[in-house]
Amino acid sequence: MSRFFSFTRLAALLVKESIQMRRDRVTFAMMIGVPLLQLMLFGFAINTDPKGLPAALVAPTQDRFTRAMISALELTGYYRFVAPDASAPLAEEMIARGDVAFVVTVPSDFGRRIERGDRARILIEADATDPSVASGAISTLSTVAASALRREAGLDATAPPGNGIDITVHRRYNPEGITQYNIVPGLLGVILQLTMVMMTAMALIRETERGTMENLLSMPATPLEIMLGKVVPYFAVGAVQVAVVLVSAKLVFDVPFVGAVHVVLAGIFVFVLALVILGYLISTVSRTQMQAMQLTFFFFLPSLLLSGFMFPYRGMPPWAQVLGEIFPLTHFLRLIRSVMLKGADATTVAGSFSALTLFAIGLALLALLRFRRTLD
Amino acid sequence: MTAPAISVTGLTKRFGARTVVDGVTLSVAKGEIMGFLGPNGSGKTTTIRMMCGLLEPDGGEGRVLGHDIRHERRAIKRKVGYMTQRFSFYEDLTIAENLNFVAGLYGMKPARKAVRDTLADLGLTARRDQLAGSLSGGWKQRLALAACIMHKPDLLMLDEPTAGVDPKARREFWDEIHALADGGLTVLVSTHYMDEAERCHRIAYISFGHLIAQGKVPQVVRDAGLTTMIITGPKTAEAARLLKGALGVDQVAPFGATLHVVGTDAELLKKTVEKVARDTGNAAADSETSLEDVFIQLMGESEDTPT
Ligand SMILES: Nc1ncnc2c1ncn2[C@@H]1O[C@H](COP(=O)(O)OP(=O)(O)OP(=O)(O)O)[C@@H](O)[C@H]1O
Ligand SMILES: [Mg+2]
Repeated sequence: MSRFFSFTRLAALLVKESIQMRRDRVTFAMMIGVPLLQLMLFGFAINTDPKGLPAALVAPTQDRFTRAMISALELTGYYRFVAPDASAPLAEEMIARGDVAFVVTVPSDFGRRIERGDRARILIEADATDPSVASGAISTLSTVAASALRREAGLDATAPPGNGIDITVHRRYNPEGITQYNIVPGLLGVILQLTMVMMTAMALIRETERGTMENLLSMPATPLEIMLGKVVPYFAVGAVQVAVVLVSAKLVFDVPFVGAVHVVLAGIFVFVLALVILGYLISTVSRTQMQAMQLTFFFFLPSLLLSGFMFPYRGMPPWAQVLGEIFPLTHFLRLIRSVMLKGADATTVAGSFSALTLFAIGLALLALLRFRRTLD
Repeated sequence: MTAPAISVTGLTKRFGARTVVDGVTLSVAKGEIMGFLGPNGSGKTTTIRMMCGLLEPDGGEGRVLGHDIRHERRAIKRKVGYMTQRFSFYEDLTIAENLNFVAGLYGMKPARKAVRDTLADLGLTARRDQLAGSLSGGWKQRLALAACIMHKPDLLMLDEPTAGVDPKARREFWDEIHALADGGLTVLVSTHYMDEAERCHRIAYISFGHLIAQGKVPQVVRDAGLTTMIITGPKTAEAARLLKGALGVDQVAPFGATLHVVGTDAELLKKTVEKVARDTGNAAADSETSLEDVFIQLMGESEDTPT
């Protein structure tokens, strides 16, 4: 047999490796299960041509014209009127919070003007923060609405638009459809998430693997102290990252910063806190660095895809949206986009803020519960 | 007499199906230096870990410094100095940083002074900024020992503290241990060195998780009931060959130019040894049984115990 290659040696190595793999149950399960799971998940969830986007209707007089237009819009499949009878301030709040992607405003004299043959006008506002949400739906919007109204008014449906009815489309928050506006604040969340969770996840494992855990546990430190001792330094690292990304968002991408800085910072604060605690929790449930790494990625990929970072959140099927709610990133993206790009105030984003706080507290309790005080 | 520093009964630990420590009952008085001996894998480290709250016992109970080992772990940890068998300080921290960390965890005030004194005692002041990982093995041991004495514990649990330490440093270490014990400190120290065992007030011997002998050194030697003879002469190697496995002979061990022969049956041993000595042209004489002879005997006896 050759000096450089021997099947016997190779076989021995393969046997050894497969035994080790089998012994490491978690790793094995992850290697098999995770790709499969993610394939299924993303295959169904991701939709770059989102349908059924939530919309609000502001129409003080709900006449037949309004109804005709709504049903025509819903027939396209792009819109779903979740608030068919909203007041103007409510609609404004909903679009700022991201609950709806569109607001259709029909003035109260709209029907009368059409019947009189005067020029009538409706306003359609689209949340263009994420340009991909807006584009497909907006392109069908004007034509569908216009032809429906004209048919209802008895006008020639094939007549050129603008003949009697004006439809004004406002691309709100991001009128030019610049993708960076949407991506950059989101990127802040994603970068924070990857590094924070990953680094903290290694924290406790390193102690165990290097044997320093025995010493640490033999000294009088409580689980909470140990947790904070691990979590806080990474939290500080997170603060530096935040500064870097925010400054570059401003300088490099010229992302508008309409909201209050303190609301943004408070949001980032809770988010990073939730992340480092999540990392620490991973650290308490894993036995090796490899396991921690895999758990991190197991968490990272779906959160990337289901949080609204890569694909429009409102464009996903309802079950995927529900799933998306379990990721802190989802709430953070909602918060930071609302505040940075739409100028939402603290009360508007209170929901996302409390969700993040709950994550931080819940994860911390879980981590404390999971912490092994002995070497068993 | 005051309450003992350590008092455990029936301490048991299982890993999976294996019982690694089985019903260990041990008592160490305040100010006593207790040697903890036993072959590799006999359960010394596991027993010590249970006593300082690092492992949950599967059976038995006990008190350490008056605190329950199951429910009052935190109180125990504050008053005990535990030196792990394997170096478990941070190799990527400097000597001073490690000591500062320990001082901080025990809430020592002023920490700076305690660290400075410890460094001076160790003679490491000049190397305070060296990474602990770059210390030699013996120095690592000395650092670890210094670190676990720093907070002035009432009880020291030392797991093979002098493994790899040079004779001079070992002597200094034992002098220090005795000085501390005079001051009321209790010490439980595991070791494989016989000379160290003989420096302890009392010793306990564990084998396959069972505590099979304990007491003062002469008493343990006496209890073993062994007889030892030595053979001297020009042909000890030939005598050794003949004696191995001979009637009444349990151990044959060369010590320089002499041969130690040990057995449990004094009469039988004497007869066999004298005959072999005569046949090979050597001289036989009675001798003292050493602690080492006893341990080798104990190890041999318990080897048949199924695990
Ligand atoms: N965490 C563990 N899981 C499984 N088995 C263990 C564990 N820790 C120790 N053991 C087993 O328990 C037995 C006793 O180990 P222990 O470390 O207490 O021995 P020891 O007397 O300290 O030995 P040494 O003199 O070599 O240090 C060994 O057989 C060891 O393999
Ligand atoms: Mg040991």
